[in-house]
Amino acid sequence: MSIWEYANPKKFIATTTPWVPVLLWGSIAILVVGLVWGFFFTPDDFRQGSTVKIFYVHVPSALMAINAWFMMLVASLIWLIRRHHVSALAARAAAPIGVVMTLIALFTGAVWGQPMWGTWWAWDPRLTSFLILFLFYLGYIALWEAIEDPDTAADLTSVLCIVGSVFAVLSRYAVNFWNQGLHQPASLSLDKEENVADVFWYPALVCIAGFVLLFIALVLMRTATEIRARRIRALEARMRS
Amino acid sequence: MPDLGKYATEVLLAYGVSIGLLVVIVALSMRRARKVRAQLDQVEARKGPRK
Amino acid sequence: MIALLRRDLALAVRAGGGFGLGLAFFLIVVVLVPFGVGPEAEVLSRIAPGILWVAALLAALLSLDRIFALDFEDGSLPLLATSPLPLEGVALVKGVAHWITTGLPLTLAAPALGFLLNMAPGAYVWMLASLALGTPALSMIGAFGAAITVGLKRGGLLMSLLVLPLYVPTLIFGAEAVRRGADGLSATTPLMMLAGITLGCFALLPFAASAALRVNLR
Repeated sequence: MSIWEYANPKKFIATTTPWVPVLLWGSIAILVVGLVWGFFFTPDDFRQGSTVKIFYVHVPSALMAINAWFMMLVASLIWLIRRHHVSALAARAAAPIGVVMTLIALFTGAVWGQPMWGTWWAWDPRLTSFLILFLFYLGYIALWEAIEDPDTAADLTSVLCIVGSVFAVLSRYAVNFWNQGLHQPASLSLDKEENVADVFWYPALVCIAGFVLLFIALVLMRTATEIRARRIRALEARMRS
Repeated sequence: MPDLGKYATEVLLAYGVSIGLLVVIVALSMRRARKVRAQLDQVEARKGPRK
Repeated sequence: MIALLRRDLALAVRAGGGFGLGLAFFLIVVVLVPFGVGPEAEVLSRIAPGILWVAALLAALLSLDRIFALDFEDGSLPLLATSPLPLEGVALVKGVAHWITTGLPLTLAAPALGFLLNMAPGAYVWMLASLALGTPALSMIGAFGAAITVGLKRGGLLMSLLVLPLYVPTLIFGAEAVRRGADGLSATTPLMMLAGITLGCFALLPFAASAALRVNLR
């Protein structure tokens, strides 16, 4: 019994289908708890006022935006090395979720930045790298959509994902370097690890857990959908011939 | 409703849009899942009698 | 490899189009910018390095889809794939050929266009150096993008979407080097980083490009 057994599409669907609603509703419940906790029952920060509450959405979504890409990278590697279709489809299924997470992170960041930094958008290294990540997601999805043959699409998107990962990391450091010469006042510091009190930390942890579970549930559900869609294609092709 | 002070608009906007986006992706995923599943059932049913 | 390089260069020169078009495009973009931002010399000289870099990047992007598309259409790409030369070598040569036909002329033309934008006198050397170091990376990344999209009917637009984000690090270090040079600061660090990116691209991307080509030729 090894994990590769789940690479069989039928087995994958059979195993995950009962789990999807559990995970989905569970994650929603946890999210509700975390967000309600964060929204109603945490104090305001003495410096940031109530905008500190935005971080209960911002931090988890930003985390998942990066982790979704990382998951796609791992899935792409598995596809290229072991050629399990489920893996390629899982990478495809994760991309739109990553886009949404990136959008949430960017939007909440902008909304927070407006009162705090006095601007919706600053070319801060982190913000800029997220914008670039967003572009990578768009290119990846566009490539999947553009290619007719499923195996070719899986191969090419996997290669793109790997090369893109290298360049995404490179961009992160390049952007860091690029903004050194420009303004970077102390108030722009986004370092969350510093002076985060437990009052803020626990609800944030709950929210992160909720986002992670939601991501897993969505990926499983969407992967099953992609498997079924491909089966439809195969059946129709067989009937036509 | 907690007192959000002068940043009420920002906080509510951030929460509203984020939750909205999450709902959209969940709804889209579920709708597509349902559609594809129904379609697959249909195709399988069509295939069955011919065999 | 040399023969292939010579063939590609001859084709590019004889076809004419790609060779001059990129340069003309470069010129036009640079001419358009002052109309957009206004003719104040001070503003122009501040943004000149960035404009030149972005314009060079777009000009290089224009001719990318020719790298493999022509060979793919007339069937010589499968021939190249079965030739004794490894496909990685083919991808490398294609990148180099693209650089000689577009990157090199762009590099040489950039200082001349710098005059139009009233670039700081200290920046010319750095402009030349950074473009000379950076445009090969642009060509090689472009060859990778072209390899991925070669089988697609309307690959051009998609390729821009794929390739442009990959250009970000090159652009950042390239323009930063010129900007520092213009301000009289030391531009060594960004230039070193730029050279590193170029070398890394040439070392690794031929493998990725040939993998993509193999998939597309399957």
